[in-house]
Amino acid sequence: MAGGGFKDAREWLQERLCLGSIQEFVAHKTVPLHSATPWYFFGGITLFLFVIQVLTGILLLLYYRPTPSEAYESVQFIMTRVEFGWLIRSVHSWSANLMILSAFVHMFSVVFLHSYRRPREVTWLSGIVLLGLSLAFGFSGYLLPWNTISYFATKVGTDMAASLPWIGEPLARFLRGGEDVGGATLTRFFGFHVAVLPGAMTLFLLLHLALVQKHGISSPPKVEQEARRASKPIPQMAFFPNFFLRELMAWYAALGILGALAALFPWELGVKADPFAPAPAGIRPEWYFLAPFYTLKLLPSHVWFIEGELLGLLAFGLLCVFWALLPFWAVNRAGALRTRLVTGAGVALLSYLAVFSALGYWR
Amino acid sequence: MRMTVILWALTGAAGLAMGARDSCVECHSALSGDLQAPAVQMENDVHARRGLGCAACHGGDPSSDDPQVSMSRARGFTGKPNRLTIPKFCARCHSDAAFMHRFQPQPRVDQYAQYMTSIHGKRIASGDAAAAVCTDCHGTHGVRAVKDPLSPVHPLRLPETCGRCHADPQHMAKYGIPTNQLAEFRKSVHWEALEKRGDLSAPSCASCHGNHGATPPGVATVAAVCGTCHVLMQQLYDKSPHRPVFDAMGAAGCVVCHSNHAVLRTSPAMLAGPEAVCSRCHDATSAGGLAAAQMGASIQKLNEALNRSRSILDEASKAGMEVSEAVMRTNDAAEALVKARVAVHAFDPKAVEQPVQEGLAVAAETYQAGVDAMRERDRRRIGLGVSLIAILITMAGLWFTIRRLESQPR
Repeated sequence: MAGGGFKDAREWLQERLCLGSIQEFVAHKTVPLHSATPWYFFGGITLFLFVIQVLTGILLLLYYRPTPSEAYESVQFIMTRVEFGWLIRSVHSWSANLMILSAFVHMFSVVFLHSYRRPREVTWLSGIVLLGLSLAFGFSGYLLPWNTISYFATKVGTDMAASLPWIGEPLARFLRGGEDVGGATLTRFFGFHVAVLPGAMTLFLLLHLALVQKHGISSPPKVEQEARRASKPIPQMAFFPNFFLRELMAWYAALGILGALAALFPWELGVKADPFAPAPAGIRPEWYFLAPFYTLKLLPSHVWFIEGELLGLLAFGLLCVFWALLPFWAVNRAGALRTRLVTGAGVALLSYLAVFSALGYWR
Repeated sequence: MRMTVILWALTGAAGLAMGARDSCVECHSALSGDLQAPAVQMENDVHARRGLGCAACHGGDPSSDDPQVSMSRARGFTGKPNRLTIPKFCARCHSDAAFMHRFQPQPRVDQYAQYMTSIHGKRIASGDAAAAVCTDCHGTHGVRAVKDPLSPVHPLRLPETCGRCHADPQHMAKYGIPTNQLAEFRKSVHWEALEKRGDLSAPSCASCHGNHGATPPGVATVAAVCGTCHVLMQQLYDKSPHRPVFDAMGAAGCVVCHSNHAVLRTSPAMLAGPEAVCSRCHDATSAGGLAAAQMGASIQKLNEALNRSRSILDEASKAGMEVSEAVMRTNDAAEALVKARVAVHAFDPKAVEQPVQEGLAVAAETYQAGVDAMRERDRRRIGLGVSLIAILITMAGLWFTIRRLESQPR
């Protein structure tokens, strides 16, 4: 009787949701099997951490109050009075950082495995937008506890935006909701963090996932060449259940790391922001902004006739555009892949980020 | 005469303000050594900055290049003033309210009157040229405003300035007064606040002795001098049984226990134990000795409770626990400790006991908060351990499932 009921419900759903076609798609979906296959997990891990972000973020919303007089106290209340509030807040903060780390690993694995190639240019572009949105999530979320470090880091960050030519001042005023970082900034950042960015993230995530399903998972050029030479197809692994179960293991590992970090190193709250107090020594942004931050610090006040900071920001802007257009300059006019150039650029960027982030942290 | 001086000053000021040339500076800048020094020092001089040139003090005619004319008696040149007349010389302007009002809306003009009441002024009046005059403390041609950190009378530099004479045994030999004041002061909490923390509200020499009217506080006035800042201590001391006894003995109040220049950091050891200041007069078994021991023990108890509380909260904080509210609450216990230390000046164990009990209650509460935080930390670690085991078991289960699936023939 029960089995019959379940079968009826399944048929009812299949008829209305076309589950059959989805089942068919999943049953035939495969993942290339080679030595670099484990790098494919990082896309899924990033997605998993994003889901954790959404869930813990919703729980934090139950208590968080986005005003300068209540923000800090509400986070303090979450951490000290709410049952498991400390865990939710710490997991939210740690998973944000791990998500960005995982997104960077995913991006560089795409670069080094050359998975951005035709027809996956738009998949790459949507991934770059997703990374940008993740960084925006980090920047807007950093201010929300309204502590001294986050307050002054936001001041420095929005000051940088203000130094851009033409659009700088209006952009900074738009971000701050006024001339300086204050209550209006907190309200805006909260709005960006819980409404604008999640909406945009969901849209681009759906596009990204749809394109990944549409084009399938690419194999590295070397693997393709070897298969061609041997006149054999590239070995494949069934997505479900083989790859999915492995991905599930990776998610559990990420969950274990996340739990350990949250329990052993709870995210600290700091001291409540005081806009009238002088900026404390050693103000620095989150680790993922350290490399550009340290580079800007190294630049002289003027390079020829341009302000050093402005020159740095323009250079970073150009670098981002150049990087986003990678699939287009990665192939020459004859359509051949510039493997060495792309790998070299990837190594150079990764080295720059690692070295300057370390210098920014320790100096 | 006075009108002439003011006219000099005003014409000199007007001339400089209008950018007129000053032959004094021009010639003396070209000279060397002592004759050049005044022209160089004048660059930073507060008088020169307000438009008062050399002629404002020394007279003469700065518009003439001929030294015979510019430094002639006929043009009012007075030359270097006699040391004994310097206070009066400076007072010509600084005691003239109308003149000083040109530079400050509320000028102080009592410096000379104050100075003449000081031991320095009295000695100068008696013809002792070794006594301090205005220039000894303020400088001569490079006089800076008192609030200027480079001024020798800025609070942070004043002890050194006074010490130039008062720590010099040769200079002080004929007065027969000690020369260890600066060395003693450098041991004090006042020096620590002034020098190490740069706290300009901390007392330096002038805070207790006065500046222009510098006089050692008499025995009867010591408590009043200390009480200028330590108001509550003075009020309690005045009502205490020590006041009439010390007065009758001719003992200088606060100084009896705390010393004068070497005011050291207080501790319960001052009340009880081998180094107790109370034991200098009170036998340990006497009522006074027992009361002192009781007060010392109470304060020590609160001190220890507060330290224990801070220690565990610090440990919890380092473990990532959110204990900022409890840390903030320890300030109430610290405040009670301060109150208890102040209450010692009533020399009544009951007066000390009340803030001590309040502080102990707060310290116990914050200590418990620390204990709870550490227990919570342990619970989290156990929870983490259990969760990690569950995750590892699940991962192992998944791994075996994959192995089983992949070992089956397709």
